[in-house]
Amino acid sequence: MNILETKNIDKYFHDPVEFQVLKNISFDVKKGEFLSMIGKSGSGKSTLLYILSTMDTDYTGELFIDNQLVTGQTKDQLAELRNEKIGFVFQFHYLLPEFSCLQNVMIPALKLGKLPEKEIEQKAYQKLEILGLQDQALKSAGKLSGGQQQRVAIARALINDPLMIMGDEPTGNLDSKNTNIVFDIFQNLTKNYGQTIIAVTHDDDFARKSDRIIEMRDGEILK
Amino acid sequence: MNINSLIAKTYIVSNKKLTAVAVLGVLLGMSIYIFMNSMMVGFDKSSTTSVFKSTAHIRVYKDDEISKALIKQNESKALIINPKVVPVNNTIINPNLVIETILKQKEVVVVTPQVNSNVFYNNGKSQISGLAVGVKPDEANLMYNIKSFMVEGNFDLLKSNPNGIVIGSGISEKMNLRINDNLNLTSSKGVNRTFKVIGVFKTNNSVTDKTKSYINISASQQLLKEGTSYITDINVNITNPENAEAVAKSLSEITGHKAEGWKQANETLMAANKMRKIIITFVSLTILLVAGFGIYNILNMTVSQKINDIAILKAIGFKGKDVIRIFVTQAVTIGFLGVIGGVLMASILITILKSVYVGGDIGYFPIDYEPKKYLQGIVIGLVITFFAGFIPAKKAANVDPVEILRK
Repeated sequence: MNILETKNIDKYFHDPVEFQVLKNISFDVKKGEFLSMIGKSGSGKSTLLYILSTMDTDYTGELFIDNQLVTGQTKDQLAELRNEKIGFVFQFHYLLPEFSCLQNVMIPALKLGKLPEKEIEQKAYQKLEILGLQDQALKSAGKLSGGQQQRVAIARALINDPLMIMGDEPTGNLDSKNTNIVFDIFQNLTKNYGQTIIAVTHDDDFARKSDRIIEMRDGEILK
Repeated sequence: MNINSLIAKTYIVSNKKLTAVAVLGVLLGMSIYIFMNSMMVGFDKSSTTSVFKSTAHIRVYKDDEISKALIKQNESKALIINPKVVPVNNTIINPNLVIETILKQKEVVVVTPQVNSNVFYNNGKSQISGLAVGVKPDEANLMYNIKSFMVEGNFDLLKSNPNGIVIGSGISEKMNLRINDNLNLTSSKGVNRTFKVIGVFKTNNSVTDKTKSYINISASQQLLKEGTSYITDINVNITNPENAEAVAKSLSEITGHKAEGWKQANETLMAANKMRKIIITFVSLTILLVAGFGIYNILNMTVSQKINDIAILKAIGFKGKDVIRIFVTQAVTIGFLGVIGGVLMASILITILKSVYVGGDIGYFPIDYEPKKYLQGIVIGLVITFFAGFIPAKKAANVDPVEILRK
C-alpha cells in the first residue's frame, strides 16, 4: 500500500538565476518503509523533502499522501494534514525552549484536539517512555542535552500517531553515540510499530542500515 | 485552556521583563489619557458654573433697530443711505405674554424678567459706578443660585423689602457697609433713591463683586423712570444648557425678539474651551499612541526572537490564523493589564488632585472621576493595543517555515 506518491514533480529556483532543482521526480513510499534519501549538497534532496512535507507548495507535478491528491490544497488544509498525518524531526532539534519536554510533546496533539488533555498527557508520557526520557518530562526543554532534545523531538513527531515521520538530517547535529541511539529508535519504530520514516541524511552508515535508499544527483533520482 | 492561549501565556510569563515594560507603557498612556480628559471635563464644568452665576442660558431682548431706506434700491438711480440706530425704546412689548409663551415651550425650566440699570453707589462723598440688577428674587435665585454665594444677610428678605439691596462684597468693603446700613443710588436718569443693605454676596470674580447689586425689579424700573411693564431682558434657563443655541433660535422665531444663547454671549470663553479641548485631546491621544508603539515594538521583537518557534509551530500544523491568535492574545493581555493599571493610576491621580485647593472662585481643583472618559480611554487603549499586536502577528503568520527550517 502506497502511503506517499509523487508524479512528475519539477521545481525551479528563480533567484538569482532560473535553475531547475528537481527534474521529473516520480516515486512512491510504502507503509512501514524506512527510506533514506542521500546525495551531495545541492542535489535537491532537502528540497524534495520539503515538497513531500507539504510545506513547500511552489512546484509542478502531483503529490499524493494517503492516496489523496495534496497538490493545490489551501495552506490551512495542508496545515491540518501535517498536524494529523506527518511528524517532523529536524537537524537542529527545534523544541520550544520555554516549555517543558512534556508540553513540547503534547502541543501537536493539543492542536489536533481529538483527545481530552488528560489522555494526551498520558500518551505523551508513553511516547517519552519509548524514548527513555520519562524522568526528564517536566524539565524545561532548553535544559536538556542535544541528544535528549532530539529524542524529545521524535516523541513529539510520534504523538499524533502519524502516517509517516519525516526527518531532515535527524542525526546531523549529534555525536556518534547519539546517532546510534536515534537510529535504533527509528529502526525500532519501523520494525515494532510499522512506522513509515523518510529521512534525508548525509550519513552513509545511517543510510546503509535503512530499508531503502534513494540517491539523488542534480535534481534526479539515480536508479 | 486552548493551545494558542497556552502558548501566548507561556510567552508572556517566560519574558516577564518585556511584558512588564509593555504593560507599563500602556499603563502610563492610559492613566494620562483618562486623567487629562477628566481634568478637561472638570475645567469645562467649572467655567460654565461660573458663567451661570451671572448669565442665564438664554437671554431674550429687543435688539437695536437699524434705519432702512424709505424707497427701494433701484437700478436707474443711485441711492445714498446712512443707516443708524433708530432711537426707540428697547423695552419688550407685552412682556407678560412673552413670558407665558416662553414658559409653554418644552425644555424651558425658569423664565424671569430682568431690568438692568447703570447706577452710582453713593455713601457720603465716595461714589462707585456699578450695575443694579432688578430681579424677581425667587426666580432669580432659581436661575443663578444666588443663595449659594451669599456671605452675609438673607437673600429672601429682598422679597419683603422693596427698598432692600444685596450688594457685592467689593462694594461692601470699599464703602464700609454692613447689614442694615443705608446706601444711596443715583441712576442714569438722575433718580436718587436710598436702599437698605440686606445682604452681601461674593462670587470671587472681583469685577462682579465690586460693581454688581441685586434689587427688586420694581425699584429698578423706578430708577429708570419707567412703569411696571418696562422689561429689557427676559432670561430663560433650560434643562440642558448644551442645547441653548437651538432653543434660542426657536424662541426667537416664536417671540419675534432676539434670543441669544450663553455660548454666543461668551464666545471668547467658548473659543478658549475649544482650544483647550483640542490640545488636551491631541496630547493625550499622542501619549496613548506612543504606548501603542511600545507594544508594537516589543511584539515585533518577540516575533523576531520566536521566528524559529513560529516555523516549527507551522510545520507541526498551526495555521496562519493560529499564529495571529497567539500574538494578538499576547498583545491584548498586555493591553488589558495596562488598562486595569491605567484606570487605577488615573483614579489615584484624580483623587490626589481633587484635594488640592487652588483658591479664587474655583476652590478645590475642578476634577472628577468621569465615567465617560474612563470608558473612552479603555476602549481606545484596547483598540490601539489590538492593532499594535495585530500588525506583528500578521507578519508572524506570513513566515515561510521552509525558509527558516532550511537555514
